[in-house]
Amino acid sequence: MSAEGGTRRIGRVLVANRGEIAVRIIRTCRELGVETVLAASEADRDAMAARLADRTVCIGPARPELSYLSIPAIVTAAVGTGCDAIHPGYGFLAENAELARTCEQEGIIFIGPTAEQIARVGDKLEARAAALAAEVPVTPGGRVENAEEALALAGELGYPLLVKAVGGGGGRGMKRVDDADAMREMLALATAEAQTAFGDGRVYLERYVTNGRHVEVQVLGDGERVIHLGDRDCSVQRRYQKLIEEAPAPAIAPALRAALRAAAVRFAGHLGYRGLGTVEFLLDCERDTFYFLEMNARIQVEHPVTEMVTGIDLVAQQIAVAEGRPLPFGQDDIRLDGHAIECRLNAEDPAHDFRPSPGRVSRAEFPAGAGLRIDTHIEAGAMVPPFYDSMIAKVIAHGHDRDAAIAALGEALRACHIDGVATNRDLHLAVLADAGFRRGGVDTGYLGRFLAAPAAVGGG
Amino acid sequence: MGLTARDVEEILRYLDASPFDELHLEIDGLSLHVSRSGAGTAPAADGGVAPAAPAPAPAAPAATSPPASVSRAVPAATGAGLVEIRSAFLGTFYRAPKPGEAPFTDIGQRVEPDSVVGIVEVMKLMNSLRAGVAGEVVEICADNGELVEYGQVLFRVRADEA
Repeated sequence: MSAEGGTRRIGRVLVANRGEIAVRIIRTCRELGVETVLAASEADRDAMAARLADRTVCIGPARPELSYLSIPAIVTAAVGTGCDAIHPGYGFLAENAELARTCEQEGIIFIGPTAEQIARVGDKLEARAAALAAEVPVTPGGRVENAEEALALAGELGYPLLVKAVGGGGGRGMKRVDDADAMREMLALATAEAQTAFGDGRVYLERYVTNGRHVEVQVLGDGERVIHLGDRDCSVQRRYQKLIEEAPAPAIAPALRAALRAAAVRFAGHLGYRGLGTVEFLLDCERDTFYFLEMNARIQVEHPVTEMVTGIDLVAQQIAVAEGRPLPFGQDDIRLDGHAIECRLNAEDPAHDFRPSPGRVSRAEFPAGAGLRIDTHIEAGAMVPPFYDSMIAKVIAHGHDRDAAIAALGEALRACHIDGVATNRDLHLAVLADAGFRRGGVDTGYLGRFLAAPAAVGGG
Repeated sequence: MGLTARDVEEILRYLDASPFDELHLEIDGLSLHVSRSGAGTAPAADGGVAPAAPAPAPAAPAATSPPASVSRAVPAATGAGLVEIRSAFLGTFYRAPKPGEAPFTDIGQRVEPDSVVGIVEVMKLMNSLRAGVAGEVVEICADNGELVEYGQVLFRVRADEA
């Protein structure tokens, strides 16, 4: 049933996600004349995406494992409503090889890479092996089975280092170990957490790069050919969760940037990658070199910054490639224009250790204008349920250069008014005003240091 | 201390009369989760108590009495003394055990709380649907072979006088 060698037009898509990304996917489908069926949990029946979709079906109760994470519910919903494709968005089942495989069996197009490709990049050890085979540098490290092996490998690598879950990713399932004394405890903890969170207790060690930046390359492949759509910097993170992302990555020497992009294309090309994906790298600022971190086989939260500088609708490209069509452009056709930055607005309270702040939104005002983009599912009266992640909007600004983008983004944020739930808006404003951020090229430890400094978040 | 069956009944009545869909109660290590969503068949047992938050807390020392979970779907009462039986799954609704056979129940027939009234198929997995209420079937709200959603009303039953 797959589109091997031929194309198969997608007429109706099941959107198997929620929140802003569900809204985002539905918008592009509408533009393409593709019908949408939203698979919503009971908690999201009245959400914005449910209103925008051509049809909404309730697939289960609020708890994600009984709704958004239920492969039988999702696939049954797609078959039962006559959809010929499923778009998984990000998170939930987006990188679940089992869903992709089930779709292949049921004759439904999974809008994403093949099940085999998802499995290969999802297993971090296999991904490392693939990187090495594609001559893409990886952080020194390796698999360990027990504390003795870990201590021996750590002796070679040196401290500090990271214990990572083989089945993890996206910053989850990581523990930092600063010395040999802490190894046994951290290894046991990491193994137990990996087992609980990913159902796979395997872990591996990696050298911890103390002064690193998170830079990633957007790639797009049709199974034959892979191109890149530029890079992004996502170094402003709190506890490995990205908060501010920008394209292109600032303050990188041209040769290094070219090497990063080429490495990403090589990696995806090695897999014969079909679909949209992101190859993440750790940029070692001290050594001026980079290492492969992981590949995300899906659309990313931060994809709008790439869309703003390339002018390409990435969801539309995902659908086209899933239909079996070849890439409509070559590498030389890709033009990067100006600079774009995105801030993730979360319903959480920076004044109280970022505790989640779910609830009913009483007021939601967002600005509009040239070079501005707001991706959100929030409006006055909307409910931010406590069952899912706390992101309520992405505010994205484009400018002819980075300074112009920062200025536009600051103005846009000041014009965002959300009442009823606490948000991290003022933290974003404080970061945008900070000299360190404005210089460009901060490392992943930046936000932690910024927050630890006295009076980091004023009463903006 | 613990909850008696009578206590649980009272809690169910309380929930039924309230505008809430779910109730989670914890007393002395005993945990009770009651939900009115769906009919007879409870969602697949997940080893007991529904966690209030997914955060993997460090395993607490085993309580003296293991937490008991009463996961019982409560049919929702409607205005005219009718009770709705709702689907506990999204899937294909079947009124009979096999094609060509007589339906499990029909209008005018009596059901007991344990009576199977239909099947909801989710990817070749047959989930039998129990009435969860004693009374007479007065309305069948979904067609045989139709895709039904989670929480969709499938039957209305005139419940016996308490």
